[in-house]
Amino acid sequence: MQVLKYLLQKEFLQIFRNKSMLPIIFVMPILQLCILSFAATYDMKNTNLYVVDKDLSSHSRELISKFNGSPFFTVKEIGFSEEEAEDELFKDNIDAILVFNNDFGKSVDLRTQASVQVLVNAINASSAGLYNAYINSVILDYNSGIKPNFVGVAQGVPYNIVQTTYSHQFNPEMKYIPYMLPGLLVLLVTVVALFLSAMNVVREKEIGTIEQINVTPIRKSQFLMAKLIPFLIIGFFELGLGLLIAAFGFQIPILGSIWLIYLVAFVYLIAILGFGLLISTQTDTQQQAMFIAWFFMVIFLLMSGLFTPIESMPEWGQKLNTLNPIAYFIKIIRMILLKGSGFFDILREIVILSVFALVSITFAVRMHRKVS
Amino acid sequence: MNEKEKVIRVKNMYKKFGDFTANNDLSFEVSKGEIFGFLGANGAGKTTAIKILCGLSFPTSGEIKVAGFDVYTERESVKRNIGYMSQKFSLYEDLTVFENIRFYGGIYGLSKAEINSKADELLDKLDLQHARNKMISALPLGWKQKLAFSVAIFHNPEIVFLDEPTGGVDPVTRRQFWDLIYDASRAGITVFVTTHYMDEAEYCDRVSIMVDGKIEALDTPEKLKKQFNVDDMDQVFLSLARHATNIE
Repeated sequence: MQVLKYLLQKEFLQIFRNKSMLPIIFVMPILQLCILSFAATYDMKNTNLYVVDKDLSSHSRELISKFNGSPFFTVKEIGFSEEEAEDELFKDNIDAILVFNNDFGKSVDLRTQASVQVLVNAINASSAGLYNAYINSVILDYNSGIKPNFVGVAQGVPYNIVQTTYSHQFNPEMKYIPYMLPGLLVLLVTVVALFLSAMNVVREKEIGTIEQINVTPIRKSQFLMAKLIPFLIIGFFELGLGLLIAAFGFQIPILGSIWLIYLVAFVYLIAILGFGLLISTQTDTQQQAMFIAWFFMVIFLLMSGLFTPIESMPEWGQKLNTLNPIAYFIKIIRMILLKGSGFFDILREIVILSVFALVSITFAVRMHRKVS
Repeated sequence: MNEKEKVIRVKNMYKKFGDFTANNDLSFEVSKGEIFGFLGANGAGKTTAIKILCGLSFPTSGEIKVAGFDVYTERESVKRNIGYMSQKFSLYEDLTVFENIRFYGGIYGLSKAEINSKADELLDKLDLQHARNKMISALPLGWKQKLAFSVAIFHNPEIVFLDEPTGGVDPVTRRQFWDLIYDASRAGITVFVTTHYMDEAEYCDRVSIMVDGKIEALDTPEKLKKQFNVDDMDQVFLSLARHATNIE
């Protein structure tokens, strides 16, 4: 116990004396949460439209004014030439083109099929999907407006007998931030824990003090515990800071138990820290450790369901994700915060994370060599 | 010397890295309180041998006992009874002088009171009381070496292993460093030191000279000089090293 106490004292002194470390621990999380929460949004605003109106009928103008009236669209230009419009799309000045052929108004009047051609810049496939959906909904809205006029049913009586109504459970207004921010919390805790632990032991190798430690009677487990505990505490701190920002800065509902989040975070952090230490024992320089940590971080993160739903990944991707600790924690933290899930709802995930923790710690201890 | 207690016994020690034999059949004994010089050119296998004796590296074969404990089976007991200072610095640059002392004292199980009183004693002796709360990184190299040595023997080990402890400092500072070594030896601590400064070899009670992984000579500096019929250790070393190139 005494040995551990002196080891911990030394680790904390070193961490808090490291000038580049303090901003990482205190400033980075706040910036990360704020910047990502506001900037990495899926909510759509300001889609620039180019309208090619060859019809110039009252119907086409009505539909154009619907787009203009929507907060999501800005009709940048109305012209007659598709080439010109495509040129603008090519130059990236606009996001989508709407083409009315000269029979559009006539077709509406005759109640035959009236069509509008939509060309979308699909370099970013996910925003292209969004443009498409938003444009469709404006057109749908327009459709429902014209139908009663021509079918001869009294105004105000719904033309569609069967209607679908949606209710979005757990995030009723389909807000982006409550969905994104819990995931960002996980990202935050993971970055700090993985990188700090991966760099730590290898740093002692680089400066040569590890040899001095290895000739002392310090046990492997004591040494690794002393490396683990400070980062566990820092991880907890980061999580707490993040939750405070989430609750008071972004008004994210915290429906579930904070203690449950911390219990999961404990298991999760052991898994991540063990993995970081494992990287540290297998590398010789901080640079190597950094690159390996980064490699896994990127894969885990992009696969994690933070940015894209896991359900839409190919099957092998979903299978790969059963080994991705970040995916589990993101799922759990969303469930606890937004749905108020309890211990038994997330039991399966906790058990899996515990297995990860056990495996990564065992490997880290095994692979750490005091003797060559 | 024979009647004295032997604290290091090495018999037929081998260390092989693949086809390369770094330590080829080493056998020697070191007595309590002795200053044992371990000499050899770069790459002769000195550091390999010292790492085995400290429990940092496994020998390929041989019987090795350090402080009465077997390096294969009683590694932790060996570690409790030795100190070690390497050419790479063992002190934490981002901790102060006192924090380093406290840390190493603490992990060897010294009590807080012991640490405090011994630290004061040590700082007085090294005339470093004024630097007590200075970072190691702010100290000159000579001070760091003296402090590293004092920290290596802070827990009063039976043997201290020094792997080229005085690299890169001027002769005056080296001389001061050797005063510390003499003090430790007088206090009963056995000193096992590797060096390639031949003037330092003269300060040792006995020296062994390694060439190509083998011990080619082992005796007091006086007897070695007589044996090779030369005036100083430099020439003893050169005649042995020349001998090595002849074999090749």
